[in-house]
Amino acid sequence: MIGVNHYLILAGILFVIGMIGVIRRKNLLMLFFATEIMLNAANIGFVAVGHYLGDYTGQMFAFFIIAIAASEVAVGLGLLILLYKRKNSIDLDVIQNMNG
Amino acid sequence: MFEAIAFYVFASLTIVMFYITVTTQNALNALTSLAAGMIFISAFFFNLDAEFLGVIQLIVYSGAVMALYAFGMMFLDTNRRLYENHHSAKTVFGLSGVAAVLIVAIFTAPIIGGNAVAAYPGVEALGNTQNVGLVLFTKYLVPFELAAVMLLLAMIAGIVLASKKMDIEEEEEVA
Repeated sequence: MIGVNHYLILAGILFVIGMIGVIRRKNLLMLFFATEIMLNAANIGFVAVGHYLGDYTGQMFAFFIIAIAASEVAVGLGLLILLYKRKNSIDLDVIQNMNG
Repeated sequence: MFEAIAFYVFASLTIVMFYITVTTQNALNALTSLAAGMIFISAFFFNLDAEFLGVIQLIVYSGAVMALYAFGMMFLDTNRRLYENHHSAKTVFGLSGVAAVLIVAIFTAPIIGGNAVAAYPGVEALGNTQNVGLVLFTKYLVPFELAAVMLLLAMIAGIVLASKKMDIEEEEEVA
């Protein structure tokens, strides 16, 4: 029988995959993708705990996480396009300069 | 029985898809596998009796967010392969240490929640969507309104950021 621990372990694995992506990626678009994976992993954990407790708070939190992810994508992609126009690249190393 | 089969099938599919997303060198492959993983995740929500959230996941993530990424990739030159150089082994080492500590914390966190009780149990006679509406519009009304304002701000910010200097370039080309 599938219990809450199965879902929590799955959420943990997915979160770790997203975190590996955040650590090893240098492309900003790929970094956004890895962030989405981490947000989704948190969603699975919230909904699973809410289901096995018989509570609706988990689903509410997942709902708001989805709203935040949507607005994050809108603003992030706008900034990404602006960066690409300016530097002609979306590599992380390109924006690592401090010309004081 | 069927719940277990569905869980294991979709869990393996989701993990494989997200693994492809974080390891592939092709941006288009990453986008497609991420979209597939989002669709598979909605299966967990249906499995957990959260039909409303499953549909929202399909519409917002697989529909809106992925379409937005696809449009964004049209602005960026993503056809070429991604060449990512990895130097500075110290940074990777330090971040891996932080990640390891965090993983241990994540997998041991459920022990703390052993004596949790339901705050908003919902009404048994109603379906999932009605219960979501009931809780959302009574207990979470202020966060809901704030989320609406935040989405509006994000939309305005996205338009302003992406369309900046777009008309100037066209005028220069004409002149």
